[in-house]
Amino acid sequence: MATEAKGEEAGLVFHPMDQFIIKPLFGDGAITWYTPTNAALWMGFAVIAVIVLMLLGSSKRSIIPSRSQSVAELAYGFIYKMVEDICGKEGVKYFPYIMTLFMFIVCANFLGLIPTAFTPTSHFAVTVVLAMAVFLTVTILGFVKNGAGFLSLFWVSSAPLALRPILAIIELISYFVRPVSHSIRLAGNVMAGHAVIKVFAGFAVITLVSPVSVVAITAMYGLEVLVSFIQAYVFTILTCVYLKDALHPHH
Amino acid sequence: MATETNSAEAASAPGMPQLDFSTWGNQIFWLVIALIAIYFVLSRMALPRIAAILAERQGTITSDLAAAEDLKVKAQEAEAAYDKALVDARAEAHRIVGEAKAEIQSDLDAAIAKADAEIAAKAAESEKAIAEIRAGALDAVKEVAADTAKEIVSAMGGKADAKAISSAVGARLKG
Repeated sequence: MATEAKGEEAGLVFHPMDQFIIKPLFGDGAITWYTPTNAALWMGFAVIAVIVLMLLGSSKRSIIPSRSQSVAELAYGFIYKMVEDICGKEGVKYFPYIMTLFMFIVCANFLGLIPTAFTPTSHFAVTVVLAMAVFLTVTILGFVKNGAGFLSLFWVSSAPLALRPILAIIELISYFVRPVSHSIRLAGNVMAGHAVIKVFAGFAVITLVSPVSVVAITAMYGLEVLVSFIQAYVFTILTCVYLKDALHPHH
Repeated sequence: MATETNSAEAASAPGMPQLDFSTWGNQIFWLVIALIAIYFVLSRMALPRIAAILAERQGTITSDLAAAEDLKVKAQEAEAAYDKALVDARAEAHRIVGEAKAEIQSDLDAAIAKADAEIAAKAAESEKAIAEIRAGALDAVKEVAADTAKEIVSAMGGKADAKAISSAVGARLKG
């Protein structure tokens, strides 16, 4: 109440983080682990978007693709080429997992750009799970594929012998920082953009500033469209790079 | 109670709802469900289908290119055949023209020869006629000369010996 009163006095009410609040879809009760929430709803929309794009888009199986089919093929070719280029031929078998990550992130990001939408990828709960899944998979896969040889990832054999222990410590730290940066990069970018748009929208209350505010929101929106794709791309390409480390740990 | 205070706090305070750990379990649960759903849709249905479409397109393009290559070779063969036919036809035309020329030449030669022969025959005939006429004329001249000489001799009062006069005229004519 105190903050609200203060905001009204100044003519400005900022609630940039309110859009990220997780609410139950039905009623007003507590949120248990199975409650259908707005987050669950928009994740469901992301699943539907993936199904519409990849499944219905390609349902005609035409040699000369329709628009939706060529988008599906483009997405397929884009990620497939990325996996093949970075991880090599052995990486291709993990292509469906990487494709799943990419399609979920890209669909959730873009759906989150719809006004009044909720963006699941702006929550650390989501991105941390995604990043930890990649981290654990890559680590376990690395040990399964290479045994103790996976540890040579931290032993930079091209460096002078005296430097190697120091480098090993640095490599080890950087390895464990990976899931942190991997998850915070995505959620941070998405959240920051949405919050900034909300702040600009808050300024629109002042009549004189409102045209500037509209222009600023438009510009931010354009930037957010870019960020939505680029962050999904970055998350996916980093996943590929980490997977490459698991498959070929030798520098 | 803890969740209520948390949500009340999140609703009024500008804190980060992202750090409200009471909602993490819920989000993780739905996220896992969403990821599993997407994974099954993609790996079981969408990706194999798109891979099949791409492979089919690649096959179609390859076979179309091969067919185009075939057709190109055929077109080149057809062109070569056409050129050959053209050269043959030209040679044939030359040959026919040559033959026709030779035939015409031989016909012409024959005709010329015949004409020459005819002309020669005619000329010989004419010459013969002219010779006859000339011979006739000579005889007539001799006769006239002899007659004239006899008349002149008789007119001058001489008695003309016909044989002497004719021999004298002959000698004069020869001389």
